[in-house]
Amino acid sequence: MIEMTGIRKDYRMGDNVVSALDGVDLAIADHEFVAIIGPSGSGKSTLMHIIGCLDAADEGSYRFDGQEIGDYSEDELARIRGRKIGFVFQQFNLLPRMTAQENVELPLVYQGMRGGKRHRISETVLERVGLADRIDHRPTELSGGQQQRVAIARALVTQPALLLADEPTGNLDSRTGREIMALLHELHRAGHTIVLITHDASIAAQAPRCIHIQDGRVLAAADGQEVS
Amino acid sequence: MLPQTIAMAFKAIRTNKVRAALTMLGVIIGVMSVVVLVAIGQGTTASVTDSIQGMGTNLLTVNITTRRVGQYGGYGGGPQGAAPAQPQSAGQQRGTVVLSLSDILGLEASEAIDKISPMVNGSVTVKAGNKNTTVSMMGVLPAYADIRNQSVQSGRYIVQSDVDNRSARCVIGAQTAEDVFGNTNVVGNTLHINGRAFQIVGVLESKGSSAGTSSDEVVILPYTLAQRMLGSTTIGSFYVSAVSAEAVTQAQTYVENYLYKRYQNTSAYRVSNQTEMLNTINETTGQLTLMLGGIAGIALLVGGIGIMNIMLVSVTERTREIGIRKAVGARRVNILLQFLIEAVVLSGLGGLLGLVFGWLLMQALRTMLNMTLIMSLGVVELAIGFSMAVGIVFGLYPAGKASKLRPIEALRYD
Ligand SMILES: Nc1ncnc2c1ncn2[C@@H]1O[C@H](COP(=O)(O)OP(=O)(O)OP(=O)(O)O)[C@@H](O)[C@H]1O
Ligand SMILES: [Mg+2]
Repeated sequence: MIEMTGIRKDYRMGDNVVSALDGVDLAIADHEFVAIIGPSGSGKSTLMHIIGCLDAADEGSYRFDGQEIGDYSEDELARIRGRKIGFVFQQFNLLPRMTAQENVELPLVYQGMRGGKRHRISETVLERVGLADRIDHRPTELSGGQQQRVAIARALVTQPALLLADEPTGNLDSRTGREIMALLHELHRAGHTIVLITHDASIAAQAPRCIHIQDGRVLAAADGQEVS
Repeated sequence: MLPQTIAMAFKAIRTNKVRAALTMLGVIIGVMSVVVLVAIGQGTTASVTDSIQGMGTNLLTVNITTRRVGQYGGYGGGPQGAAPAQPQSAGQQRGTVVLSLSDILGLEASEAIDKISPMVNGSVTVKAGNKNTTVSMMGVLPAYADIRNQSVQSGRYIVQSDVDNRSARCVIGAQTAEDVFGNTNVVGNTLHINGRAFQIVGVLESKGSSAGTSSDEVVILPYTLAQRMLGSTTIGSFYVSAVSAEAVTQAQTYVENYLYKRYQNTSAYRVSNQTEMLNTINETTGQLTLMLGGIAGIALLVGGIGIMNIMLVSVTERTREIGIRKAVGARRVNILLQFLIEAVVLSGLGGLLGLVFGWLLMQALRTMLNMTLIMSLGVVELAIGFSMAVGIVFGLYPAGKASKLRPIEALRYD
């Protein structure tokens, strides 16, 4: 599903150049569950943004479903983001003036789905993350963990082939964290490809495959699961 | 997709009502001034047109503009059987042409001409009891009543014998009767005009005021007597009515030919018909309307800039929102439309409100200042269309700016 070779991303701050990604090679197959682990500032979020087509690499090749991402137009990328990829952001990124349900429905709105169908689907997904009774709450009226689950519901609502989760348990107590992890495993079994970003080794250990990243480089692939 | 986008725009406006109201204020004021100012312009046009048509549609007005030096051939004796005078170009070559009453009455020989009346006018003081006022006095022949659509509500008009005998009789305007006597039931009363006693024989039907001058504040005297009172011996202007509206041109040509024969100089006189006058006035009032509309248009433009200003602020404030929308699949056109529709809804709503307030203001002006105001459908359509266009034009830049934001940069914005 994902093939990256020699991905580089630099941030220029005046004369200072920060190399957030310094030649990343990475391959993730369909239906995999991969954890990306590394210390703070190692480039995990930057990598996820590139995988999710929110940002473009400065150098290197990125193939998504066999297609070079650089060849797509901006609108085609928007379509891929909307239909094939689901994001769970480190900072939730919910729209504050919308209810939980409206937030979850947003990707479907941009697919042009009608209201009735949208409501049904979003309700089902919110139920699945255990928020059936918080449908009409706004993000500010929800706890951190509940917001996290709204963000997960929004990522799931389009049934994306690829789910990208950046620290989905970072803000949660261990019990809620476990619940979320259980949900991710369930999704994995259902056939979604999952990329989970974390700096917590115990969370990463739950994934069948673990990729270590440090100073913008991939260190080693754990569990010896080499991917073609 | 479009209905959802429109719903989004309304939602965004509803969540920030105070700001939306302030944004719309510029457009509201702009549309309101367009509607009211154009209504004033069109109202003025209509009332002037009305009053001109009220003068009679078959009317020709003749003004003699040359300075007359000679004093020959007075016509103190009044009409002499109205024998058409044969213009005699010989003997009139020295630039002192004097039209006599019988000269102009002779024009009735044309089959296109119905009636003719000369007119002298001046300002006089009228007095009855201890009340007096200054009004305009007109000396006319009986035909004047038909030519200018005048009629009496009581009594009678000036008759030929009044003219022949220079009788001290007058017809009084309704307003002047009210002013001097306190009522219009005054036929038979005595009125002092410039100190001389006149018997009131009739009261004019009220025509209402138009363009500031009242045709009801007037006294009408026999032509011969008025001429003597004003010390006038020449004919400065006279009125001609054609037999029909179609005959106006023929009558005009006839009168002009005659005058040219007498004066040999087209600038010595001016013959104007109502259509020409209407055209001239409509041109002037049309320009007035256009100018008023233009001023109001500038107000509307300023309102549009206000919308752009707020939309730019709104785009900056909602950068993160734009990033989130793009991350979940919004294309550029979705974002562009969202902000554009928001701007158009704001300006369109402002336009509607401006229309409502403009209409209310018009009602107030109508009742308080007694103004003639006309709100035409065209102006309503124009105002709404223009304010929507303002929304599109001034919404396009902020919306374009929003749609071009890179998703990741928008997401990072704080
Ligand atoms: N917009 C930016 N401008 C400049 N430097 C940036 C920017 N975004 C990230 N960086 C730098 O790039 C490096 C990688 O950042 P990134 O956010 O990918 O780290 P991370 O691994 O996700 O860290 P964390 O675990 O704390 O979320 C950091 O050194 C950071 O300072
Ligand atoms: Mg991060």
